[in-house]
Amino acid sequence: MRSDVFSISPHSRLRKYIAFFRLHFTMGLQYRTAAFAGILTQFIWGAMEILMFRAFYRTSYAASPAEETALAAAGTGSFPMTFEATCAYVWMQQAFLALFMAWMMDNDIFSDIVNGNVSYELCRPIDIYNMWFAKSLAARCSKAVLRCMPILLVAAFLPRPYGLMAPAGGMAFLLFLFTLMTGLAVTVAFCMLIYISAFFTISPDGIRMMAMSMVEFFSGAVIPLPFFPERLKAFFELLPFASMQNVPLRIYSGDLSGHAMWRAILIQLIWLFLLVTAGKLLCRTAVRKITLQGG
Amino acid sequence: MRLYGKYFFIQLKSRMEYKTSFLLTCLGQFFISFYVFLGVYFMFQRFPEVEGFTYEEVLLCFGITLLEFSLAEAVARGFDCFPGILRQGEFDRIMVRPRNEILQVLGSRIEFTRIGRMLQAVAMFSYGISVSRITWTFPKVMTLLFMLLGGTAVFSGIFLLFASICFFTLEGLEIFNIFTDGAKEYGKYPVSIYGKRVLQLCTFVIPYSLVQYYPLTFLLDRGQPWYGLLPLAACLFLLPCFALWKYGVRHYTSCGS
Repeated sequence: MRSDVFSISPHSRLRKYIAFFRLHFTMGLQYRTAAFAGILTQFIWGAMEILMFRAFYRTSYAASPAEETALAAAGTGSFPMTFEATCAYVWMQQAFLALFMAWMMDNDIFSDIVNGNVSYELCRPIDIYNMWFAKSLAARCSKAVLRCMPILLVAAFLPRPYGLMAPAGGMAFLLFLFTLMTGLAVTVAFCMLIYISAFFTISPDGIRMMAMSMVEFFSGAVIPLPFFPERLKAFFELLPFASMQNVPLRIYSGDLSGHAMWRAILIQLIWLFLLVTAGKLLCRTAVRKITLQGG
Repeated sequence: MRLYGKYFFIQLKSRMEYKTSFLLTCLGQFFISFYVFLGVYFMFQRFPEVEGFTYEEVLLCFGITLLEFSLAEAVARGFDCFPGILRQGEFDRIMVRPRNEILQVLGSRIEFTRIGRMLQAVAMFSYGISVSRITWTFPKVMTLLFMLLGGTAVFSGIFLLFASICFFTLEGLEIFNIFTDGAKEYGKYPVSIYGKRVLQLCTFVIPYSLVQYYPLTFLLDRGQPWYGLLPLAACLFLLPCFALWKYGVRHYTSCGS
């Protein structure tokens, strides 16, 4: 039943998962109206978020006559990030929402486990962890690809400082792309743990809800991590949640750079390794002990 | 009302089959709102005030909005699964029964886990009131009650509006999240901090600020006394929503099988 029964060369083994990725990626691209509504929604969310931060920044710089320039320069004192960097953070967050939001989980996987259809998947000569991983990765990528461009384009043409600034540098941009991918992988690896937990709990809603609320807060979706007090922030940055959206979005604006940046990337890779290993182990135990529900 | 009570107990029983999951979901709901509160708290750790509102005043505002939203949710969130009901043709079944359609739609799914958010809302509301340092006179207490009433009406109206539009689109529009969850999310701060445009929009198009910002300024002794009556005017928002629902029901053509 397991993949090792079949002798398949490593090359074609990887190809299976790439095929899965492509299949689900193109499936995701079909929902264009939904994507359009999503883009508009995210654009308004982003705008409101920025208006909120503007209120905080403006209150502290109210005395200045040239408000816009003062806003652009704001970044000292009690402000952990410049206003421009905050705006870039918010726009990027909205544009790549689909990559990082833990609540966008694949309901098919949950229902497969709960109603027993997972047995068909287990009969296939594939590793179920890798297959689901590829599937989630593809679903998130296709959503993000459909949605990110219009948001980024519009945001880039908004007047300074409300718009999306240019990246902090060529190197920062490359690292942004790299950490965007690793951050996505960490998010998917974390979600995998929740999918697999459904093998043990049958009704996964509870755990799912708990995990989602935690991810939201600790990954910097409620407010960016730099806005937390120094010591809390230092602690949060060690958690796997900080390795999701926090790292790429801050590298882009140059808020995270130098030594701290390399450290954050290292932490990301460590968490990715740990989460995937834990997920695979858990998956193996789950499959070995599985009692199928439904018939 | 008796019928709704029956729906209520059937749903409760079915949910209780999975107790652990139920409790965890409640807890999750609680934490989602709690984390939002922490977000506000930590922002005010850095900044003493925002656009003339102090931490205590924002808390009051947040507590009121959250409670308004939770109350509306308790009543009208059932509309959330309305697109599903339409697509599966369940609405046909509802139409042939000699009972009110709205009641049946709402009764078909009652989300008890919202109790987590409700608890959080009540806690926030009490906490906001206790730190607000307002001397409570009769008009102010009435204003507060009006705010809860009006706010529940406005949010319920939006849920109803969402369902009515489904008659024509057959699927839920994600954009409505802005007006429900989004309004709750951003309603934690008084509407005025988002700037004049947003305030105008929230006064004349969708009357959020009538149940939030204007009466709040009266509570804080900054606004006119008649601002306290504005939440009642906001209840009128239900009328067009209801009219659209009626229109939708009349033009409904079945699509399920």
